[in-house]
Amino acid sequence: MVEVTLWGSLGALAGGKSKVEIEAKDIRELFRKLAEQYPGLEPLIEKGIAVAIDGTIYRDTWSKELPEGAEIFLLPRLAGG
Amino acid sequence: MNFDPRFAGRNFTSVGTRPIRPDGVDKVTGRARYGADFNMAGQLVGRVLRSPHAHATIRKIDTSKAQKLPGVKAVITAADLPDLTDGDAAMYDILDNCMARKKALYDGHAVAAVAAVDARTARQALKLIEVDYEVLPHVTDVDEAMKHSAPVLNDAIFTEGLEEKPAKPSNVTKRSQYGHGDVHQGFGQADYVVERTFKTEQTHQGYIEPHACVANVSSDGTAELWVCTQGHFVYRQHCAQLLGMEASRLRVTSSEIGGGFGGKTHVWAEPVALALSRKAGRPVKLVMTRDEVFRASGPTSATSIDVKIGARKDGTITAAEATLRYSCGPYAGMWAELGAMTAFACYRLENVKTVGYEVLVNRPKTAAYRAPSAPMAAFAVESAVDELAKEIGMDPVEFRIRNAAREGTRSSYGPVYGPIGIGPTLEAAKNHPHMKAPLGKNQGRGMACGFWFNFGGQTCTDLNIGMDGSVSLAVGTVDVGGSRASLSLVAAEELGIAYEHVKAVVADTSSLGYNDMTDGSRGTFSSSMATISAARNAILILRERAAQTWDIPVDDVVWEKGHAIAKGEKYGNLAALSLREIAAASGKTGGPIAGHSELVADGAGVSFATHICDIEVDPETGATRVLRYTVVQDAGKAVHPTYVEGQYQGGAAQGIGWALNEEYIYGKDGRLQNPGFLDYRIPVCSDLPMIDTQILEIPNPNHPYGVRGVGETSIVPPLAAIANAVSNAAGVRMTHIPMSPPRILAAIEAER
Repeated sequence: MVEVTLWGSLGALAGGKSKVEIEAKDIRELFRKLAEQYPGLEPLIEKGIAVAIDGTIYRDTWSKELPEGAEIFLLPRLAGG
Repeated sequence: MNFDPRFAGRNFTSVGTRPIRPDGVDKVTGRARYGADFNMAGQLVGRVLRSPHAHATIRKIDTSKAQKLPGVKAVITAADLPDLTDGDAAMYDILDNCMARKKALYDGHAVAAVAAVDARTARQALKLIEVDYEVLPHVTDVDEAMKHSAPVLNDAIFTEGLEEKPAKPSNVTKRSQYGHGDVHQGFGQADYVVERTFKTEQTHQGYIEPHACVANVSSDGTAELWVCTQGHFVYRQHCAQLLGMEASRLRVTSSEIGGGFGGKTHVWAEPVALALSRKAGRPVKLVMTRDEVFRASGPTSATSIDVKIGARKDGTITAAEATLRYSCGPYAGMWAELGAMTAFACYRLENVKTVGYEVLVNRPKTAAYRAPSAPMAAFAVESAVDELAKEIGMDPVEFRIRNAAREGTRSSYGPVYGPIGIGPTLEAAKNHPHMKAPLGKNQGRGMACGFWFNFGGQTCTDLNIGMDGSVSLAVGTVDVGGSRASLSLVAAEELGIAYEHVKAVVADTSSLGYNDMTDGSRGTFSSSMATISAARNAILILRERAAQTWDIPVDDVVWEKGHAIAKGEKYGNLAALSLREIAAASGKTGGPIAGHSELVADGAGVSFATHICDIEVDPETGATRVLRYTVVQDAGKAVHPTYVEGQYQGGAAQGIGWALNEEYIYGKDGRLQNPGFLDYRIPVCSDLPMIDTQILEIPNPNHPYGVRGVGETSIVPPLAAIANAVSNAAGVRMTHIPMSPPRILAAIEAER
């Protein structure tokens, strides 16, 4: 079980929650269960969301494991110049 | 093989040296081929007809006269680029921007295009196209566009991010919010509070090379695109989707690039060129004029930002809050959100809140511009920080050091930081001789900090070893800042050979797996990670070939300084085999030797910088002169320090232009008044001082060499550093960028 913090706009799509608890072992499973439990998040997950695990931001690595007790933040998929 | 991307600490031989750039001679002698330097037999000239109105319904387009003009081979409108986006709103916006469909949304919006045998005929054809417009009310100012009375650009836009879906459409596409703690409580603990509103005007990336491409669609449906871009794989994906092609049938080759800075991460005219070629059955070359570049290729946002910061007498910030309004052009973006994420990222804050609003206006589609959105947010925040330090009576550097984020700090955008460099850059600035140099009359010194995320992304690399022992490195990240030299250094470092024996090339889209574009300061970060992996794969094969030659187990062969060495006393008589020797025998030992790597280069290290600037202000005219400028920035590890310094200097130079002169000026008719380098003034050499640099190296633990991206952070602090310097020199706080002479003079006179 990991606790996931959602940024403001994302929280609005998860029923106004800023934190949710999910049973997930990696980013792929996290996204799948988030979409199942909070359908409002699915379109954004489809477009791409970054995941910060203990401070390191992952944009694309679905296989990245979520260690027990890790701090998980969902962030927008960043743009650069 | 297993590839551990974590930094383990190592001494370098090639990395960190400064060899001459491999592309330099071609570029200074004119041999290098940029976007407009490529030609195909039988090519046509493409030209685009653009809206003269800021906002208008397109009732009808009659192209019949243009089509009949001798020499015209194709005329297209939106009907030739049908909507194939299958509900993908972002792609639809790209399509609509490439060729207006129902409405023209800004002065310069493409409405039709022609392909003709020469430029004169193409221009004549454009004049023969008749467009029936119904002119609509327009809005170009970000604050005006948020008002209830403003004309609405898109009736389908209802603000996202609100607790309840609004009942009416709006120009505000999205509200986003970041932060933690309780700012209300925090401000209650403050002894001093500074609250200000700031504005920045729209600027363009100002790259020297205009957008240019040659498109060639064959009768069998396959196509080629030669183009100036920061990301040819992304251009392939977007163009193929918009034209209804399989991506593999479109081969995209990136030309040399005369600057991009984010403006060449988006397709503009390329789908149009392909559509013209498809219709004409001949290659089409399309080069934007400078007027078109300004009017119709993504400038950055104009902004309006409120900042409030409170601190105790001892200099500890107790609360910080910002509301950021960013213009997006006529299509949704995430520019205010990036501003909201980066605004307070330099600081350790218990109570922080930022709110961003994305605002539609009748201006060209906003594009990324080097650390997109962060410079404007930093301008507002770092100006307020300076003012607060002054109110408390603290030195502005000491105030920032006291409140600087550090490892373990919760960032204002959420996650906790790993090892970071904001504190070290501030300490270095504090101790820099620049900070102690005397100032003269009407001169002021300013400093400011900046932050950018950096990121990695999908990356693919091939490393091929020739039979002469030289190495060819094929990468998929476009070289916008010297990455070919840097990646050659990395390959040389891993293989233990001389830099001169490695040649890096940017491969076309048919020659290599997918690569994300060169943005997010990812080029050298991600492709060096892939190069290290590919080199280590090649070394495994080199060891196997040596083991085969010696007829010993491969586990007994190690790779050191470019040689295979049989380890252990029992092999004492075996002379080491060099890479060149193994490569020369490769035809008999199993064939070509190569290493390949495909990876997602996640784990980019965030980046911080501190800038110092001295300015002289003429109080009679408001004119400014930049006297001295110093950049201190963390590179993680500088692979090629000269290129890193170049990035630092380039960011500062662009920031100086942005801060002092550059701005899009719109008339009451909603038309851009200064679409050219005469009236939109970027700095030339005589406007700039020598820009000093200091590279710090705080390793990124998620890269084998500790590399962080360096390309973008250097443009984040200049607006604020210069504003603080001008404010100190003029004796009046400047809150509006650019600080052009009339604006400074008005501020001085208002204070008198």
